[in-house]
Amino acid sequence: MPSTSVRVVGQGKGIGDRIADVAGWVVLIVMTFAFLLPFYLLLRNALATRKDVTAVPWKLWPSTPQWQNFTDLFTSSEIPMASSMINSGIIAVSTTIGTLLVCSMAGYALARIPSPFARPIFYMVLATLMIPAAVTFVPSFIIVSALGWVSDFRGIIIPGLFSGFTVFLCRQYFLAFPKELEEAARVDGLGYWRTYWRIVVPNSGAFLAAIGVITFIGSWNAFLWPLIVAQDQSMWTVQVTLSTFITAQTINIPQLFAAAIVSIVPLVLVFVFLQRYLVQGVAQTGLKG
Amino acid sequence: MAGTVAPATTRAAARTADQAPAPGRRLKGGRGAFWLFVTPFLVGLLLFVYLPIVWSAVLSFFNAQGTVWPTEFVGLANYATMLTDPAFINSLITFTVFAVLIVPITFALSLAMAVIVNRVRVAKAFFRSAFFIPTACSYVVASLIWKMSIFNGVRYGLANQVLRFFGFEPVAWLSTLDPPTYWIVIVTVRLWLQSGFYMILFLAALQNINPELYEAAYVDGAKPGWKIFRDITFPLLRPTSVSVLLLSLIAAYQAFDEFYNLLRTAEYARPPLVYLYNLALGTQQNFGLGSAGALILAAIIAIITVIQGRIFGFDRAED
Repeated sequence: MPSTSVRVVGQGKGIGDRIADVAGWVVLIVMTFAFLLPFYLLLRNALATRKDVTAVPWKLWPSTPQWQNFTDLFTSSEIPMASSMINSGIIAVSTTIGTLLVCSMAGYALARIPSPFARPIFYMVLATLMIPAAVTFVPSFIIVSALGWVSDFRGIIIPGLFSGFTVFLCRQYFLAFPKELEEAARVDGLGYWRTYWRIVVPNSGAFLAAIGVITFIGSWNAFLWPLIVAQDQSMWTVQVTLSTFITAQTINIPQLFAAAIVSIVPLVLVFVFLQRYLVQGVAQTGLKG
Repeated sequence: MAGTVAPATTRAAARTADQAPAPGRRLKGGRGAFWLFVTPFLVGLLLFVYLPIVWSAVLSFFNAQGTVWPTEFVGLANYATMLTDPAFINSLITFTVFAVLIVPITFALSLAMAVIVNRVRVAKAFFRSAFFIPTACSYVVASLIWKMSIFNGVRYGLANQVLRFFGFEPVAWLSTLDPPTYWIVIVTVRLWLQSGFYMILFLAALQNINPELYEAAYVDGAKPGWKIFRDITFPLLRPTSVSVLLLSLIAAYQAFDEFYNLLRTAEYARPPLVYLYNLALGTQQNFGLGSAGALILAAIIAIITVIQGRIFGFDRAED
């Protein structure tokens, strides 16, 4: 992100400015510590023995880091960590691909293909934006239950694919897509379908990646819907599994923290390698229209 | 954040809907192609968004306990039960208290972080990432850290160890009602998780401000500092400010995860979604009542959204 520094440089600084600078730094450093503190706690507790975790006074770091807390997660049968991670992975990847496919196609048609139905359908999309998704969890569960999709990947994944908000973002994006590219394709005799796949999609990589990253994170971290639909332990996502052990009374705290670290690894990777798209996606979801 | 939108954008979009499909001359296969592109989404939208709402509306007039099929017509009885249920009213009060706490604090904190990070000239990317990376954590993970480590009610919890260092007694953070210390836990979880997200929105807006405006102000004798922020920066951030307020309020309506995970067994501090969850999906499985509750909640949200629109003035936010 380019930095457009706002300060007018080269002017003499008074004492007041210097105090403001120092105060700014102090605030910044204190806040940075506060925001990173939970990550320190995750690591400290995950590597501690059960005795270290409850030590008074505070033990800054475990004397011998217990790395086997992580391997135990996958070998002991207490926490179904392996199956939960696999379930979460299947759900997040399918949700991301499915949402991108279904919503980008609809958004493209609403932006570009003339039809008397484009306007009514667009209003149907807008209407869903007024209803917070979470309020509809009871109605949605009723349908999933009537379809017999409880404790079934279909029940967890499919109802979440039809995001009016994503269609809305895609439509706005495709409205601004350069028409010259599509017209070149038209000259070559391509119809809408082939124009979309050969010209539009390959030239929209950054936008689709941004939407995809946001969808993936949202799906991986989703809690309420998997909690309701994934009732069998074999279907639990990693969030549901963690939650079950937080609310249980008999717990192995270091192991639970190790599980939490494992659960955030995929998203930390996304943050490290795809931060550009993520920041763009956040800006899009929050502002653009 | 999917499923929410700053309504500022929707009205502008509706206005352009007419001119939308005009890509010069038509490509071939228009009619068929339109349905080819739209049908998968449209079927899903009808089946998984509109049908549930209609079904739920029907069920809300029926007795439907332990089944999602209507059994006995009860008229408005479910609505009457919900509106007179003290637990439902309490859930609305809980939501109101939560919104009053979380929305302004999130706003102030994320704006402050953006302004400070934007000013920094050393290690800017590091500070931005430090504030943003909590967004990668789920509410479940954050609740785990807060409940088991920071605000653990026994003496080994971090907050209690800090209190002990200063000679105070440990506090049972989540189970103390007077004063309601559980709000500290609930509010800080969400601040940690969400502030970075809103900070990114403010940062993007700050970087879009034309630096010439500041130079002009400087030439006019204004010194960089509070006055410039108040008279130039803050007014220019207005569209973003409106978005952040709306998004954080909409997110607060939907609060469930941290309340569920931090206060699972508590009889207090149950926001509407936790209440509905217990009613429709807990031991009761009462889908008639649950549907009525969901529709009442949707209506309340719709009304608040419209009122907000009037207060904030979306038309100005579009500029």
